[in-house]
Order: sequence, then structure tokens, then C-alpha cells
Amino acid sequence: MIPGKFEYFAPSSVKEAIGLLDRYGEDAKILAGGQSLIPAMRFRLAQPEILVDINRIEGLDYIRELDDYLAIGAMTREASLEKSALISQRYPLLADTAKVIADPLVRNMATVGGNLAHADPANDHPATMLAYDATLVAEGPDGDTIIGIDDFFLGLFETSLAKDQILKEIRLPKPGPGSGGAYLKIERKVGDYAVVGVAIQLTVENGTVTAARIGLTNVAGAPMRAKNAEAALIGNAPTGDILEKAGQAAAAECEPWSDLRGSEEYKRDMVRIVTKRAIRKAVERVGA
Amino acid sequence: MGRTVKLTVNGQEVSREVEPRLLLVHFIREDLNLTGTHIGCDTTSCGACTINMDGKAVKSCTIFAVQADGRSIETIEGMAQNGLHPLQEGFWEKHGLQCGYCTPGMIMCANAFLKENPQPTEEEIRWAISGNLCRCTGYVKIVEAIQYAANKIQAQAAQPSETKEVVA
Ligand SMILES: Cc1cc2nc3c(=O)[nH]c(=O)nc-3n(C[C@H](O)[C@H](O)[C@H](O)COP(=O)(O)OP(=O)(O)OC[C@H]3O[C@@H](n4cnc5c(N)ncnc54)[C@H](O)[C@@H]3O)c2cc1C
Repeated sequence: MIPGKFEYFAPSSVKEAIGLLDRYGEDAKILAGGQSLIPAMRFRLAQPEILVDINRIEGLDYIRELDDYLAIGAMTREASLEKSALISQRYPLLADTAKVIADPLVRNMATVGGNLAHADPANDHPATMLAYDATLVAEGPDGDTIIGIDDFFLGLFETSLAKDQILKEIRLPKPGPGSGGAYLKIERKVGDYAVVGVAIQLTVENGTVTAARIGLTNVAGAPMRAKNAEAALIGNAPTGDILEKAGQAAAAECEPWSDLRGSEEYKRDMVRIVTKRAIRKAVERVGA
Repeated sequence: MGRTVKLTVNGQEVSREVEPRLLLVHFIREDLNLTGTHIGCDTTSCGACTINMDGKAVKSCTIFAVQADGRSIETIEGMAQNGLHPLQEGFWEKHGLQCGYCTPGMIMCANAFLKENPQPTEEEIRWAISGNLCRCTGYVKIVEAIQYAANKIQAQAAQPSETKEVVA
């Protein structure tokens, strides 16, 4: 299928790109990895009149650990995350996630910024970034804005980014002592979107969970945190009973629907089970 | 509203005027008449259209031709140089195909992969081709074909032949 007609721009700087977005407003769309946008254009679900291709802008593709946080450029491809030794050693939740996004061919193009900006609850990074308590940096005509991940996802395909803002960087807190994380996803086949996915990042001190954030994939109209499940964990030792409580809380607070990937009931039960398994894996990693 | 794109295709410079909405796979098949790159689905799912762009295996149905401006792409037609490429030979020797529809995509995917990982395990090969669908073989023979090619490329590298150029 052939996309509708559009005019194409390939700016070489963020400023130039923002100028174009500013000028064309609602008619323009950013093209990053294109792995969500181009399929949507082929089905004519998206018919932008202007495409602003940001692939020619230098300096948006990097993974750097700074004093306070890990900085990831928005145009960093999934394949780079997957192959990064730093990420596999120190950010296991992110490493788990990058490996199960789509397939290796898609991951050579798909970007982490595009994955978040698309705000598809079926995408895997939103849950992961919610669990990490990530901070996003976006640039617009008035300069940079810092956005906490809890304020970023507004609904299905909807974020707090303005039409003329470009997501530039994702910042993850550096893992402190006693921290661990994991992402687990049930998929029908390799490369498919999640039936359910659970991201967890937690801290265990002297046997007690002192901090925990849990994100859920594809079980609500927008990316969501499982706050009741977090509350069930925090302040307790991660025993079998507590894990069951957290799993049940997550199953109750998510809002899945029945579709080709399973009935609502099935998905809720999978959320319960996968939440327990993800917590167990994250706790195991605390020691490692 | 044409735009001129200049790119290297299988080592040769080409320049064409294209409409921005032209997908790279259509550019390759229809403008360049290189019909070895196949179209198997409309949903970025099957990998039949896999090519190498700047050395990376990508789905050419989900890239616009204008995005390839200034880049270097390789298609199945560029593989055979002095005789079949070891991957092509592997698919022949190990019977890595039945209908053959997925084969060009499989080979281009494996080509980029073996450059990154010249001595892969079976599991790594299966992982690498997980974005390329084959509905005939059950993949066993494809994996063997890629193993065959990996071994052959290793052996060629270890054994300098007369045709091999010496790079100072
Ligand atoms: C077969 C297939 C399977 C897939 N499976 C999965 C999966 O299992 N899990 C998963 O998470 N994803 C999956 N994806 C989606 C894939 O990861 C997408 O690439 C991703 O959702 C979007 O990233 P992109 O860089 O391709 O963005 P694009 O498609 O280029 O853009 C997506 C949207 O984000 C906007 N945008 C992009 N970058 C920016 C930016 N820097 N600032 C502001 N706005 C921006 C665009 O304007 C557009 O609206 C799959 C895709 C395919 C084709």
C-alpha cells in the first residue's frame, strides 16, 4: 500500500526542525525510525502533509553515563541499546526491554524517542521508562523543557509534547545500591506486541523493599503505572505472599480488553503472574 | 514534486528523481528493475524486502527512497561477485529454500549479521533471522545454510587465495 502525498524536509539541526514544525503546525509530523509512522501512513491511518525527517540531525544518537544519570539521545536505535555493554551491565530493565521490541530488522531503524513519543500502550518502552522514573528533555521554540515521565503520557497516542517540540533526550536515574530491575513480556510470537508486559525497578535494603515502580504494557488505553502493586511491595520483604498481593493488585488495577491476544480475564491473570515473576527477577538481580 | 536522490546501489552510483512517498522497495524494484528484493506483506512483518543500508539489515518497505539519499545500499543482486557468495552457496548446498520467496531477504539479513558476528551459535542465528518469515522450510535448513556460509567465510579468510587483494 502506498502512503498519501506529502512534502519532505530533512533538516540538519534541531532548530531548523523546530522552525518547520512551528511553520506547518498540525500538518507536519516528525519522522524518526519510521517503524510506527510509515506503517500507519501505508494504511492511511496517518496522512501528514509535511514530513520532517530528523535522521540527518547529528548528535541525537548517544548513550552516556554522567554523574547523576544515564543520558540517551532520542534517535538512539533499539539495536544500539541491545548491544550496549553499559546497558546490559547496569540497566538490566532497559536491556530486557530493547531485546523484545519488534525484531532485529525493525530494531536497526526504530528509535527510543519514537517509541515514547508514539505513546502506544502496546509499545514496551513506556512501561520501562515509567518504572525507571525517567526524565525527558524536549526542545521547542522557547528552548528546553524537562518533563517527568509521570506527566508525559496523556492517552492513546497522546503525550504532553507540543506540536513544535522535539523529544531530544531520555534520562534514567543511575542505579543506586540495592537496586534491581526486570522487564517481562508475554508475546504470541517473536516480534509481536505484548499480550501483557511488566516493567519493574526496585530497591531492597536489609531485606525490605524500600522503593518500587511498576509499569504495565498493553493492558490499558494508555501506558500506566501499577501503583497499588507498588504500594503492596514497599515496606515489605519480597516474600511469596507479598508478591502474590502485588500481582493481584496489578491485575485489579489494569484495564485490559478482549482481543486477538486474549480475553480480558486471561490478560488480567497474566498480569498477576508476570508481575510476580518480574518482581522475583528484579530481586534476584539486586544481589548480582 | 520530485526530489533527486543519489545513492550507491551494489557499488554503483545511481541518481534518480523520486516522489517523497515512494518506498525504497518500490524504488529498488520499479525504478532500478532489481526485482530480487521481494514484497511479502503490507505490515512490516515478513522481512522479504530486507536489504543492507550502510551495512545494516533493514526492511526496505518501511523506509522512503528519499531517506536513502547519500547512503549505500546492497541488494541480493550485489551478492554474487566471482561466482556465488558463500551465503548463496550455503542455501544451495544445504537446501535452505523451497519456494524461494523469503530467500533474498534471509540472505541479506544473514549478510549483515555475519559481518557483525562471524562465528555465531545456532541460537544467535535464529535470533538474527527472527524478523524474516519463511513459511516452507521450518528454518532448520536456513540455519544450516547460514552456518555453512559462516564456516566458508572463515576458511576463506584464513586461507589467502590468489584473488584476494593484499591491503597494506
Ligand atoms: C513489525 C513491527 C513490530 C513491532 N513490535 C514492537 C514491539 O514489540 N514493541 C514496541 O515497543 N514497539 C514495536 N514496534 C514499534 C517500533 O518499536 C517503532 O519503531 C516505535 O514505536 C516508533 O519508533 P520510530 O523511531 O520508528 O518512530 P516513528 O515511526 O518515526 O515515529 C512515531 C511517532 O513519534 C513521533 N516522533 C518520533 N520521534 C520523535 C521525537 N524525537 N520527538 C517528537 N516526536 C517524535 C513521530 O512524529 C510519530 O508520530 C513494532 C514495529 C513493527 C513495524
